[in-house]
Amino acid sequence: MVSFDLLIAVCLAYVAFLFLIAFVADSRARQGRFGWLRSPLIYTLSLSIYCTAWTFYGAVGYAARSGLEFITIYLGPTLVMAGWWVVLRKLVHIGRSQRITSIADLISSRYGKSNLLGVIVTLMAVIGTTPYIALQLQSVTLSFAVFSEPAPAGAPPDINATAIWVAAGLALFTILFGTRNLDANERHHGVVIAIAVEAVVKLVALVAVGVFVIWGLGGGAGDILARIDASPISAWELQPGRWFSLIFLSAAAFLTLPRMFQVMVVENGDERHLITASWAFPLYLLLMSLFVVPIAAMGLTLLPAESNPDLFVLTLPLSQGREGLAMFAFLGGFSSATSMVIVAAIALSTMVSNHVVMPIWLATAGHGATKSGDVRKMVLRARRLSIAAILGLGYAYFRFSGGGAALAAIGLISFAGVAQVLPAMLGGLFWRGATRRGALAGLIAGFAVWAYTLFLPSFGGGVILPQGVLDNGPWGIGWLRPQALFGIEGIDPVIHAVLWSMLLNVVSFCLVSLLSFPGPLERLQGAQFVNVFEHSPQARGWQAGGSEAEDLLVMAQRIMGPEQAQALFRAEASAQGKAGYLPDPSPEFLQCLERELAGSVGSATAHAMVGQIVGGASVSVPDLMAVANETAQMMEYSSQLEARSRQLARTARQLREANRKLTELSIQKDAFLSQISHELRTPMTSIRAFSEILREGRELAPETRERYCAIIHDETLRLTRLLDDLLDLGVLQNGQVELSLEPVELAAVLDRALAATGVQQGGEHLRIVRDPAAERVIVETDGDRLAQVFINLISNAAKYCDSTAPELRIKVQRRAGEVEIDFIDNGPGISERDQAVIFEKFARLGDYRSAGGAGLGLAICREIMARLGGSIVYLPGQGGAAFRVSLTLPGERGEKRSGQKAVSSRRRPRRKQAAG
Amino acid sequence: MGRRVLLIEDEPNIIEAISFVLGRDGWDVHTHANGATATEAVLRVMPDVLVLDVMLPGKSGYDILRELRAAPRTRDLPILLLTARGQSRDRDLAEELGASRFMAKPFSNAEVLESIRELAGLPPGEAP
Repeated sequence: MVSFDLLIAVCLAYVAFLFLIAFVADSRARQGRFGWLRSPLIYTLSLSIYCTAWTFYGAVGYAARSGLEFITIYLGPTLVMAGWWVVLRKLVHIGRSQRITSIADLISSRYGKSNLLGVIVTLMAVIGTTPYIALQLQSVTLSFAVFSEPAPAGAPPDINATAIWVAAGLALFTILFGTRNLDANERHHGVVIAIAVEAVVKLVALVAVGVFVIWGLGGGAGDILARIDASPISAWELQPGRWFSLIFLSAAAFLTLPRMFQVMVVENGDERHLITASWAFPLYLLLMSLFVVPIAAMGLTLLPAESNPDLFVLTLPLSQGREGLAMFAFLGGFSSATSMVIVAAIALSTMVSNHVVMPIWLATAGHGATKSGDVRKMVLRARRLSIAAILGLGYAYFRFSGGGAALAAIGLISFAGVAQVLPAMLGGLFWRGATRRGALAGLIAGFAVWAYTLFLPSFGGGVILPQGVLDNGPWGIGWLRPQALFGIEGIDPVIHAVLWSMLLNVVSFCLVSLLSFPGPLERLQGAQFVNVFEHSPQARGWQAGGSEAEDLLVMAQRIMGPEQAQALFRAEASAQGKAGYLPDPSPEFLQCLERELAGSVGSATAHAMVGQIVGGASVSVPDLMAVANETAQMMEYSSQLEARSRQLARTARQLREANRKLTELSIQKDAFLSQISHELRTPMTSIRAFSEILREGRELAPETRERYCAIIHDETLRLTRLLDDLLDLGVLQNGQVELSLEPVELAAVLDRALAATGVQQGGEHLRIVRDPAAERVIVETDGDRLAQVFINLISNAAKYCDSTAPELRIKVQRRAGEVEIDFIDNGPGISERDQAVIFEKFARLGDYRSAGGAGLGLAICREIMARLGGSIVYLPGQGGAAFRVSLTLPGERGEKRSGQKAVSSRRRPRRKQAAG
Repeated sequence: MGRRVLLIEDEPNIIEAISFVLGRDGWDVHTHANGATATEAVLRVMPDVLVLDVMLPGKSGYDILRELRAAPRTRDLPILLLTARGQSRDRDLAEELGASRFMAKPFSNAEVLESIRELAGLPPGEAP
């Protein structure tokens, strides 16, 4: 008999062997030498974790109890694999393109990254898997017990102690395997290889036992068939309802079991592996099931009636003294159990740490300055603790469920639990109308019904649900009895639970989905999931990795420009030791590319773009917000640019205007100089000509000589006047003029002006009409300057008024603090066109005939009036030429003092005005 | 050899001075003061030499010059242009428009007389 110690030693040696394989595979993967690690065969074998200790031991027991019904457990997955094109292809493609890490992540991601859904699916998976892990514990414990039963001590070893050791060992084993390092994409090459090896071990072990049974114990195939006919197995009858339910259940579980999702989707290295797996995995299942019935039949005939059929695989060789074979079979069962536990624990710990621990940890304060190293440590610790906790739960279930139930029954409870995820999953893949609320409703309803009708009763009455509730329903309500819901009795508890839970699940999911409205991110994700192949018609994942790099290059060229993009890609490729322009899209390179792109389009946009191409098309709401922010900033920037260009246009317009004015001024200056030249040269010409005539002096009559001298004299005066005017204008315009302001009477100023022009009131040539009463106004002004203005206006009238009876009216009127002096003659007036220019320099109108002045008179008048704080304007519509001089009055007292002159107290000191 | 000269000028003192100098030299002096009617005056008088001021009321001397050079009867008429604006731009314009001579004010009587004599084809300084 094999000793217990030897058994432990064999187990440890086997584990060490697996560990070595895993280690080698991991290090090869790290070096990038994938080779056979990425073969479809490995993928197919890794799928065999579907066949756990339940299938290894339990199938024989199942067959011994229920005949061919065990086949349903294999038919479900076979159907799924055969129809891989429909569901699996999409599932795997989405899983890869969205970087899905677990089934909880898939559901959460599909329904708008809802962490609540992730938490719920995680909890469901943990609770649903717990019986399954308990099942593995039970099977390993039982198999240990088989070897230990005939132990010399005679006393049966404490089965619970064995179970706890097994649980602890498996936990340690899983932690060592699954959480040695933290892989960004949650791939575990070493684990997958170890699982593949275990898959081979369990298959070979089972086949070996089968061959031994048929050809060693029995007399070949024919003999075995006869024995089967004789055994109770042949009495088995097909129950269509149960078959349909079980096939559905196993198919659903195949898709939704966390560990299956792990190996099928997360660990998938190449979507094309599905093509191989679609026929190879059913073949594996076929081989696994081929000898189940013969072993069961032989066990039933050869072994004592009280033997546990679940252990026929071990007990049959042992009963024949084939300890080596039994040991091999034990290793097969051990492989089945360990591979399942390892992968399930890894998958669950990923879910727990990602959806439960990390959100809580990140939400608690004080992690603002967290370094990535801390997070890694934190995640690893969370996963290790999760693994221990999950196995602890499995052990607890094993203890509380009594450890006595048949393996198959425990497995089905688990199946029914995890299958609740199926509606949300399939709905998410194929129905865009599926919403987060619908998924929540379906999951909660289905899971609640499952827990109430199957999971809790599985502990037996009195453990969690009181026996009374099981028998009569809660509060005695009969139709709520857990195993006869709504009064439907008499069907198998598993079928009953599956029926009700799935029905309520699907109905709630569909109804709530139809009634609720998905959020924007939900719709975005929904569209990406449902239309995943439309989004990438060339099915990127089906091609070699180069296409991603090529897409990245195409995008980078568009953004950075071809030269810069190609240089960047070439440099990276050569850094990776590759020729050409397409480096592997390593995380470092993607980060670098993102940074480069961010320089052009902003970091959020760059992240979204790279993410879109590399497949992590997970554009989160913060991502979108960041993109929107950047866009807003760019829009603001461009509107600033627009404003600036408007401002520039305005400045250019102002510059053009200033330039135009300068050009005009320059032209005016030329014209002014030209005019001055003319005004100076004309009298000088006369002076020169006559002085030459006089010098020659011959035969000139004395009166002629007299006349020519007079002309020379007049022209000299004219020149002097012109120079005076020019100087005066210059002084006035520069503001360097001294004004002596004092109160003067208007009448006196007018008298002085008339005297200076030589035009006297009532004179012959020009008649002056005045209003002496109105002229008795005192103004505070420079009397000399004001007289200069009046002289100019009176002279102009004398010069230009060519009416038959020339007349100049001088009207004085007071108006609101001002006095207005109008000079109106009865001549032809000034045309409207000329009115605009009369105050300009040299604006002699109409003809060039000099009338004594040089055309500077009105320009000087305007300057004087501006200095005196008054104004002079042309007054249109008065018949003849009319000018209005306005002066500000000093105040009301001025009028009272009319007639008084130069009141000393009011005399102001001369002051120099320096107005501009 | 004619000795008829037409003086188109608006400054009375200058008219008087030039008239005296030319008359003393034996010229038949005609004068006209308005630019607007100057061309007709030229055609009416048909002088042997025309003395034309630039700054005239009604029409500028340049415009009159342009019209005279365009008319067949006065195309080759010797014309002395007088201007008080002695800038080179004015000289260039005068030449371009076909003035026979150009003289800036103030001028000496002798210069004017010499120019007119030359334009009339008379020997310099010859007594009338």
